[in-house]
Amino acid sequence: MAKFVQAKKSCAVNPLKMSQPIGGALAFMGLRGAMPLLHGSQGCTSFGLVLFVRHFKEAIPLQTTAMSEVATVLGGYENVEQAILNIYNRTKPEIIGICSTGVTETKGDDVDGYIKLIREKYPQLADFPLVYVSTPDFKDAFQDGWEKTVAKIVEVLVKKPAPDAPKNPKRVNVLPGCHLQPGDLDELRCILEDFGLEPSFLPDLAGSLDGHIPDDFTPTTIGGIGVDEVATMGEAAWTIAIGSQMKTAAEAMQKKTGTPYRLFERLCGLGPNDEFFMFLSEISGREVPRRYRRQRGQLVDAMLDAHFHLGGRKLAIGAEPDLLFDVASALHEMGTHITAAVTTTQSPVFEKLPCDEVLLGDLEDLETLAKERGCDLLLTHSHGRQAADRLNIPFYRIGIPMFDRIGSGHKMTVGYRGTRDLMFTLANMCIADHEQNHDATPDTWKNPWDGDGHGHGATIAATPAGAPDLGPAPSTAHH
Amino acid sequence: MSSVSATIQQVFNEPGCAKNQNKSEAEKKKGCTKQLQPGGAAGGCAFDGAKIALQPLTDVAHLVHGPIACEGNSWDNRGARSSGSQIWRTGFTTDINETDVVFGGEKRLFKSIKEIIEKYDPPAVFVYQTCVPAMIGDDIDAVCKAAKEKFGTPVIPINSPGFVGPKNLGNKLAGEAILEHVIGTEEPDYTTPYDINIIGEYNLSGELWQVKPLLDELGIRILACISGDGRYKDVASSHRAKAAMMVCSKAMINVARKMEERYDIPFFEGSFYGIQDSSDSLREIARMLIERGADPELMDRTEALIEREEAKAWAAIAKFKDRFKDKKVLLITGGVKSWSVVAALQEAGLELVGTSVKKSTKEDKERIKELMGQDAHMIDDMTPREMYKMLKDAKADIMLSGGRSQFIALKAAMPWLDINQERHHAYMGYIGMVKLVEEIDKALYNPIWEQVRKPAPWDNPANNWQNRAIAQMEAEAAALAADPVAAEKARRAKKICNCKSVDLGTIEDAIKAHSLTTVEGVKTHTNASGGCGACSGRIEDIFEALGVAEPAPADPVLAEAARRAKKVCNCKSVTVGTIEDAVAAGASNLAEVTARTEAGSGCGKCGERIEDMLDELVAPLGTPAALVAAE
Repeated sequence: MAKFVQAKKSCAVNPLKMSQPIGGALAFMGLRGAMPLLHGSQGCTSFGLVLFVRHFKEAIPLQTTAMSEVATVLGGYENVEQAILNIYNRTKPEIIGICSTGVTETKGDDVDGYIKLIREKYPQLADFPLVYVSTPDFKDAFQDGWEKTVAKIVEVLVKKPAPDAPKNPKRVNVLPGCHLQPGDLDELRCILEDFGLEPSFLPDLAGSLDGHIPDDFTPTTIGGIGVDEVATMGEAAWTIAIGSQMKTAAEAMQKKTGTPYRLFERLCGLGPNDEFFMFLSEISGREVPRRYRRQRGQLVDAMLDAHFHLGGRKLAIGAEPDLLFDVASALHEMGTHITAAVTTTQSPVFEKLPCDEVLLGDLEDLETLAKERGCDLLLTHSHGRQAADRLNIPFYRIGIPMFDRIGSGHKMTVGYRGTRDLMFTLANMCIADHEQNHDATPDTWKNPWDGDGHGHGATIAATPAGAPDLGPAPSTAHH
Repeated sequence: MSSVSATIQQVFNEPGCAKNQNKSEAEKKKGCTKQLQPGGAAGGCAFDGAKIALQPLTDVAHLVHGPIACEGNSWDNRGARSSGSQIWRTGFTTDINETDVVFGGEKRLFKSIKEIIEKYDPPAVFVYQTCVPAMIGDDIDAVCKAAKEKFGTPVIPINSPGFVGPKNLGNKLAGEAILEHVIGTEEPDYTTPYDINIIGEYNLSGELWQVKPLLDELGIRILACISGDGRYKDVASSHRAKAAMMVCSKAMINVARKMEERYDIPFFEGSFYGIQDSSDSLREIARMLIERGADPELMDRTEALIEREEAKAWAAIAKFKDRFKDKKVLLITGGVKSWSVVAALQEAGLELVGTSVKKSTKEDKERIKELMGQDAHMIDDMTPREMYKMLKDAKADIMLSGGRSQFIALKAAMPWLDINQERHHAYMGYIGMVKLVEEIDKALYNPIWEQVRKPAPWDNPANNWQNRAIAQMEAEAAALAADPVAAEKARRAKKICNCKSVDLGTIEDAIKAHSLTTVEGVKTHTNASGGCGACSGRIEDIFEALGVAEPAPADPVLAEAARRAKKVCNCKSVTVGTIEDAVAAGASNLAEVTARTEAGSGCGKCGERIEDMLDELVAPLGTPAALVAAE
């Protein structure tokens, strides 16, 4: 439904986007004992590392091939070789995940070829899990890096089952998109287990970056799904892919193992969760447990309570495609208008996004649109804080990075409960905003017809309710 | 007789109160001391009512003398707004304990007042009496007097313990308190011929500020608003206003009427809800001010302003008319403002399928009928189930109501908008009307409804509460249709008098058995209407349905006396006889009748009745008037 539009400017101001290698690196961090390795100059890694440290407030395993000027020109074989050997010897990882970067892609390093040579040269590495993904910085975005990396992990690490091998009906593969936080994965695991299912999350950030105190120190990831478990994912009866970005990996899984998949583009909102829970009920052969029936009722009630405050709000949202689609759609269902949407990369989900256009742009674009269109709710990552200050509208942080708040990893938007809490939080922000910024004063209605007499800056002259995306009056308003 | 009961008596002699007028002398004596039905009461108490009425006075410290429940459970819960002091929102209570209950709480009250004055130095402290200290005999009047003498700050006792009656009574007791202790105790810094009081307006969500700029533009000064965004000094010197507007049709009528009596400030009852009402009210304010000496050019400016504002409001609302086409509204206010909201919604092109008249007086109901046509479906005490059915049957697309009934609409997954005092939006004046329409549009077209109406996927939709309720009601209806005996039984079982729990059958039987012809007679035999008296209208309807006409008393002299004694103008207590005499003496139009009898110079509501009388009386021979004139 939404038209995908590219910003017509050369200079990105206040970027929304992050690069794809670190998206890939984050995916590797969902594997146990992993050491992600960026094949590029030191800085590529250090920026990514700092970004994740600030977001998760955790030690982040991330290494670099530390490409120098000379190495960049001559080719990076030695650097890759040394990096792998050093990591292998020093940190004893279970897997090394390699992502290329802008410099090495520009040079045209054949990392697949390098790895082949290294395996031949060092017998101890012959069968060692090494996964390489091509993720040039100058193309695509963070989400794409994640998408490609998970797909590659499936292709490389999942074992092809024997043709007649039976599937384990209890085992379910879960392929979460990068828009889910560790807290979301914890919730999903809990839900699946309540259906008697045994989920394998790939990647599993809840095991590695959920901010728990580890039993002992390790320079690699302190948890996540093990390479051994990944290898057996072909035994699972089903794969659940969450977020449109995970279709690639789910298809790779199906192609390799024959395990069918079901894609859930959203898990925030009432309808998407109804589908999700009924699917789980179907594949598990169990009824939806009482606790979730009750949670559904709670969500409906929460939506009714929250719609007074979220209905009619004009949302400015800047996020990667799947996150944007998930949260904005859920808010749309609460009567919020998606008035300004800015994203980082192309995605098929935008065809279903209930708004006029999605702009491939930056936070400057988002701020400008929010200002022009009178938005009164801002959702984006922490870098939106300056715009929020200038716009003086309520600001809720979503996605990565969330560096100026703690507990980011435990934020949760999936399931009935996650949706419920998100709606409460946002509605409360709107209430607080009303109290702080829009409470009536003797001057509020001094010049009511000039436009700002309506509390939130809505203008009388606008189309009714300022709801261009509502279209004509629906003929069936009820039943 | 304690001072509280004396005040209550006064309140219930209120000639301006239409509800009161429907009661017999004995009923009036009883006042609102009627017991609310245990297990079936839901409204607030008199303390609540008094606090609601006065708390919007912004610079006053409102001290609640009582146990923690009265203030602790209710403080800072009102949507009024202040342009200045926030002390009105500060919760002050004596929080009396067991020892106070045993030994009396007066000392604690006195100390509390002292602390408030020392720490906050408000221009006045209002002390609210509650049930427990009233029971143990704390004399708050004496404490307030002593405190005032000692500290030099006015300390005003508000005698309205919860148990004396409902919220509505509390509103009036609050009014009595400020009449007795506040109004007329100070003088304004200056006066102008354009000074008005607004009475019964609470500035909820700041709605007064939707209208005040218009008054400012016209050079009309709100000398005092009682009580929204009011200040103590304003109220204390409000007796110098030239005219007054009474906004809420019932809550503070005693204040308006007694200020007219004592200070010669004429008042009218008006509303700023709806475009037409706003214009009428502005005109009336201008008219009254001009009558009291303001420059007549005020009216020209008022008309110009009305024309401008109406045009702008209409233009803004016109945009919604398409979206509201065929949309129906169920209006349940539980309050007296039904009629003013009805007019407002119709202006937006919405169809009203019903309105509640639970607390409205007979006169309010008449106005609703007038606005909506005689077949208006008035919902008196609908049960939640019925309310749901009504919504469900697609008779309504949206429900507008006070906070309490919202849950039925919301659980029924039906758009709902809050229009009572707990609401978040201001709906007054021209801009407020547009805001209301915007909010209705927002609620109607919110996509949430499609979401929440979907049953849980694991549910058998036939078995949810909504469908169970409908099925149950349909089964009951079918059973009744099939069984005429049961149907008759059900018809007869309909409650007419809620206070005394008297059903239709009992009343019908009594009417037939004793050949009753009056509500009074029904009361004697069945006790119906022996409570709040609100059902007297319903009993009259029964007479009508049974075809019983009030017979002329056997004695024609008595009959004539009774006829002549009937009140036409409630505000000024003018009877049919007085008006007939005036007409006989030469008054031939409303203005002349008013000039001679004062009838119609209060709220003005009886104007039409007087016109009707004139039509009859001025007609030639054969009318009673002609006979009277001939005598």
